[in-house]
Amino acid sequence: MNSSASSLLQVIDYGGGNLGSVCRCLNRLKIPYQLVGAEEQPALSDQLPVLLPGVGSFSGLMEKLAQRNLLEPLQSLLKAGVPYLGICVGLQILFEVSEESPGVAGLSILPGPVQKLKASKVPQIGWNYIEPCQMESPSGYVYFVNSYVAHPAEPQVLWYTAEYEQRFCAAIRHQNITAVQFHPEKSGVFGHQMVLDWWQSVC
Amino acid sequence: MLTKRIIPCLDVDSHGRTVKGVQFQGLRDVGDPLEMALRYQEQGADELLFLDISASHEGRETMVSLVERLSEVLMIPFTVGGGISSLQQVLRLLSAGADKVSVNTAAVQSPSLISEIADACGRQCCVLAIDARFWKRTDRPVWQVLTRGGRTETSMDAFLWASQAVELGAGEILLTSWDRDGTRSGFDLELNRYFSDNLSVPVIASGGAAGPQSFVEVFAEGNADAALAASIFHDGEYSISQLKDVLHNAGIAVRVL
Repeated sequence: MNSSASSLLQVIDYGGGNLGSVCRCLNRLKIPYQLVGAEEQPALSDQLPVLLPGVGSFSGLMEKLAQRNLLEPLQSLLKAGVPYLGICVGLQILFEVSEESPGVAGLSILPGPVQKLKASKVPQIGWNYIEPCQMESPSGYVYFVNSYVAHPAEPQVLWYTAEYEQRFCAAIRHQNITAVQFHPEKSGVFGHQMVLDWWQSVC
Repeated sequence: MLTKRIIPCLDVDSHGRTVKGVQFQGLRDVGDPLEMALRYQEQGADELLFLDISASHEGRETMVSLVERLSEVLMIPFTVGGGISSLQQVLRLLSAGADKVSVNTAAVQSPSLISEIADACGRQCCVLAIDARFWKRTDRPVWQVLTRGGRTETSMDAFLWASQAVELGAGEILLTSWDRDGTRSGFDLELNRYFSDNLSVPVIASGGAAGPQSFVEVFAEGNADAALAASIFHDGEYSISQLKDVLHNAGIAVRVL
């Protein structure tokens, strides 16, 4: 990928709830982006980094991507090494299955299931402390809203974990794929810095 | 671990100003909500709540335009409430950039509003606000639901109402003690503990905030997941960062910057 072509971030417009928040976060960070995938928008390109902001349910996101014919292009660019940042359900659908949506296949880029949080209060809502599993990443507080968490079969993909009556996968980083269970766009200066750091590492 | 949240509340009038009630004297202008929000964000507020206290058409329009401006600059979640009575209003506020809405009186009158919001936007967007006043003690303490800003009594048991709302799709309960509100005598620990221990969603304690010790108590003894206050922050008695230092030193998990 040449650097001039990759100086624009593609944000997948799947018709979901947090798209506006994520775009406003990118505006604050002065990251150039374009919305892709919906009608009258450019098609998803395999030449530019991709951000998938996901809220809602596992099956809901898979269905919306399918309706916009984005599943196959997304799967192939993930496999081709295109930089990807997934947020919340945008992390979960990288895996194979979810307890939230039995019978619905995920993108199956990474092995492992997504399971319901086992805790007295679900969803988890609020700021939790994430700790890195990979060297040289800072720890800090980020904002979560989730009822489900991924259980990667390959522990080396874990980037951050946090504690909510159990230790859980807060973020993954593996080759071209970065994905976070929390909402960096709502996680103050620390969350914004994470998005900026990711962008600077791929653009 | 998940931290306890501190949530400043800003009452916004139809002119788009933050106001506070002063006993027997009506409302006093305490500042520009946007400037105040940025200050609280800087100090380490975990979320913000904006309440349209006008409940008028003009106030609703003012709030939508304020939400648009807030969402450009806020890097933390914020909730909007006050007079919300339809899914249409909710969708407008969320698309303007609010993260959550809180509903109160309209949900009492029409509980299906809660499931409509949860179905359309997800339960994490739907905060049910309850104004509760102590009623009686049977085999357990019972609080009564008040509506219309405390002006109207109902015959509803506040805990049963909260339980029903959670089943309908409320993602959080904003629980205001009408016995403590405005008294600065501390949060109602029994109320908050009873709700928090017996509900499967987070409880935001409100009403009675006093010194930093009252926050320590509502988390350590009241088991609240978050605590909300207005005047003590607006008056600048102490900043949110000072409050969080006290909480941290008392062994309460809070997000410190």
